[in-house]
Amino acid sequence: MITLKINGFDVEVKEGATIYHAASSIGVKIPTLCYDERLKPHGSCRICVVEVEGARSLMASCSTPAANGMVVHTESEAVVTARKELLDLILANHPLDCLTCEKAGRCTLQDLCYQYDIEESTFDGKRKSYEKDASNEFYTADQTKCILCGKCVYVCSQVQNTDAICFVDRGFETHIGTPFDMGLSESTCVSCGNCVAVCPVGALMPKRKEKFRYWEVEKVKTTCSYCGVGCQMELLVKDGKVVEVEPVKGHSNDGLLCVKGRFSYDFVNHPSRLKKPLVRKNGVLEEVTWDEAYETIVDKIKEIKAADGPDAIAAFSSARGLTEENYLMTKMMRAVIGTNNVDHCARL
Amino acid sequence: MTNSIADIQQADTIFVTGSNTTESHPVIGAQLKRSVRNGSKLIVADPREIPLAAEADVFLKIKPGTSIALHNAMMNVILEEKLQDETYIRENTDNFDELAESLKKYTPEYSAEICGVDADKIREAARLYAGVDKAAILYCMGITQHVNGTETVMSLSNLALITGNIGKPGSGVNPLRGQNNVQGACDMGALPNVFTGYQPVGNPGALEKFEKAWGVTLSDKAGLTVTETFKAIEEDRVKMLYIFGENPMISDPDTHHAEHALQKTFLVVQDLFLTETAELADVVLPAASFAEKDGTFVNTERRVQRVRKAVKPPGEAKPDWVVFMDLMNRLGYEKKYNDAEEIFEEIRKVTPQYAGITYDRIKGRGIQWPCPTTDHPGTPVLHIGKPARGAGLLKPVEFVESGELGDEEYPLVMTTGRILYQYHTRTMTGKTEGINNMAPEVYVEVNPELAAAKGIEDGAMVKITSRRGFVTMKAKVTDRVEKGVLFVPFHWESGANVLTNGEVLDQYCKIPGLKVTGVNLEKMA
Repeated sequence: MITLKINGFDVEVKEGATIYHAASSIGVKIPTLCYDERLKPHGSCRICVVEVEGARSLMASCSTPAANGMVVHTESEAVVTARKELLDLILANHPLDCLTCEKAGRCTLQDLCYQYDIEESTFDGKRKSYEKDASNEFYTADQTKCILCGKCVYVCSQVQNTDAICFVDRGFETHIGTPFDMGLSESTCVSCGNCVAVCPVGALMPKRKEKFRYWEVEKVKTTCSYCGVGCQMELLVKDGKVVEVEPVKGHSNDGLLCVKGRFSYDFVNHPSRLKKPLVRKNGVLEEVTWDEAYETIVDKIKEIKAADGPDAIAAFSSARGLTEENYLMTKMMRAVIGTNNVDHCARL
Repeated sequence: MTNSIADIQQADTIFVTGSNTTESHPVIGAQLKRSVRNGSKLIVADPREIPLAAEADVFLKIKPGTSIALHNAMMNVILEEKLQDETYIRENTDNFDELAESLKKYTPEYSAEICGVDADKIREAARLYAGVDKAAILYCMGITQHVNGTETVMSLSNLALITGNIGKPGSGVNPLRGQNNVQGACDMGALPNVFTGYQPVGNPGALEKFEKAWGVTLSDKAGLTVTETFKAIEEDRVKMLYIFGENPMISDPDTHHAEHALQKTFLVVQDLFLTETAELADVVLPAASFAEKDGTFVNTERRVQRVRKAVKPPGEAKPDWVVFMDLMNRLGYEKKYNDAEEIFEEIRKVTPQYAGITYDRIKGRGIQWPCPTTDHPGTPVLHIGKPARGAGLLKPVEFVESGELGDEEYPLVMTTGRILYQYHTRTMTGKTEGINNMAPEVYVEVNPELAAAKGIEDGAMVKITSRRGFVTMKAKVTDRVEKGVLFVPFHWESGANVLTNGEVLDQYCKIPGLKVTGVNLEKMA
């Protein structure tokens, strides 16, 4: 074990833990832009710098291992000055369009500028300007807003393992791109949106069908309803409607989703959803009350049971429904109708 | 899965077979690739050059339906080169000698001929699998949807048992389940021969237990499977069919036959949309979607996880459990539930594997069954120490070619599967514009050599015929498939399943052989 002091508190961590881990373990928050626990430390953004007594310079806490006897200050004057300088530099090349930016309300850059009182950049230099890449069906990539933290590139190459995007060009021209800058639709991108989920600014954004602000939505944690992986996700709800889906770190998905779980939720609020029971009359399905639909089914069950016995009735339960619903379906068939003729599509 | 998804990171070798993981289970696919990039070895066996093939140390492009020959040959090599786990075989398995005898004829050369791959590649795969400490098998419908699907799984189980690759992290025999709650549906006894927790309806003890719990007399006669039900309707043995959340008009084999049966019976369909199946129904009931109700799904690694209500169902749609409760009540069975949790509490009482799981315990993270008591942490790895049945049974299985093949009139093999940008019968994904732009229509993958021989150009309309009927679609010319093989994604109506065989089923579990259909291919005029 390693013992160090952070902001005056003694901390004990395992060998190999970083200063950032050590601080987190006692609830001390250090701001980050490029950090993600799933990635190999890359220390790109430097916003997590801290002061280590005796060190020659400030250290990036996300990639500096904690050492015995370290005395660390996470919000000292030197640290705050450095963070302000960094934010000033980032803003020198980032549009101040927070009024209309869809990321507003959950933009880490916005939050940090607020925290450290940075209103605008003091530098007046050349600014980058790129055309937005909207070629992917589900999200856009706006390099003009990118702060080059690299999180998207590393999530794509180390966590999602798709290698669709990378750093392109050098120096001022550096940007995140696809091979030959042909656009996302021509890349190996699988539209999982896992890069979008980690972008700390508004450079990578889901294509929205509804206008909403992040502070207007309620988040509900649930389990994805597509394949059997059981990914954990949050449904973002505004005015009784699911307006976006975001990945959550669950045991089976490690914070990832795929294109279906992430972007194919339109069915929930689709106008062609069934809203009333239907019963076939004179060859046509007609809207009826629940009472009438129930009566039709119950009469038929009784009629067939009386004439041909319960085994003349069969049911297909559903691998799409809840566990509880499958239980009740089998109970209805077995205990109430009296047959074991119940199966589902496990074979199909 | 005998093991857990997170386990994949610990495997020294991963054998993926009959699973296009990165498209059908993309989030497991991503984790699998991470494991490979961190040093795990990867063996891929599939009739198509799936995306994972590019990451594989050994890729075996086998002919559809020849997995048993491949697995037997891998075991032949393992025994020949003494790579088996003698101690595990001695202490934890039955019937090794008979298995070893049966494997003698499956030399790599013998199976290479059947599978259409290099004998040396089979050797290499066997060594990669058996020559490490922990090897995991991941498989999917490419293994199971065959008329000998059960035996194909048995051959994988043999492979894992003789190398001791069961009962420890990073190993196991791991089916990847294709639907969000297929595990839960099976666990709940939505199968014709078992109650919840796989307690057989024919077992007097289990029957008595459920009769007592439910307060009724129950039938001990196993019921009909999905595939048998259609036949029973044709033969007037079944007069009414109640379908909840399924769309057999697209997902089931031999569409024309299924359609005939669905039209003939009194049909109730409960779904989100007026699906191709619901259109044939006598009564259609509007159901609530996953976002509109509370409850649980059980994932492929047996983890029971919470589903939470985020929005209200549209119109008069109701959660399916409410409909079943209402119907039970109207049929004279007076039992009310206030919410899904009350149903779950009842499930716990009759299902030993679920006894220790409560909504409160899974509010943060799910729990993997078996979980017998409320202080039990759940079971990430099954069969630790010893297989559950005491000793793992090694059951010799022989390769038999599918009856679909060998007919001059239908000389090609059609195989089916899913693609990344659609899901199952498109009932849900088909409502998203971007998804439909990425995957707008059905197509067939045709090898360039075959296409040239038949004068078929990329994008041309072709006609595919089987004994069940014919379909027309666009050809995608690609060497992803071999010359004698066609691949059709099954998501679309009037597609692959018009051609598949719903008549000949696996003798044990009645699964149809959807992955091997004898077909003919012609260019449309």
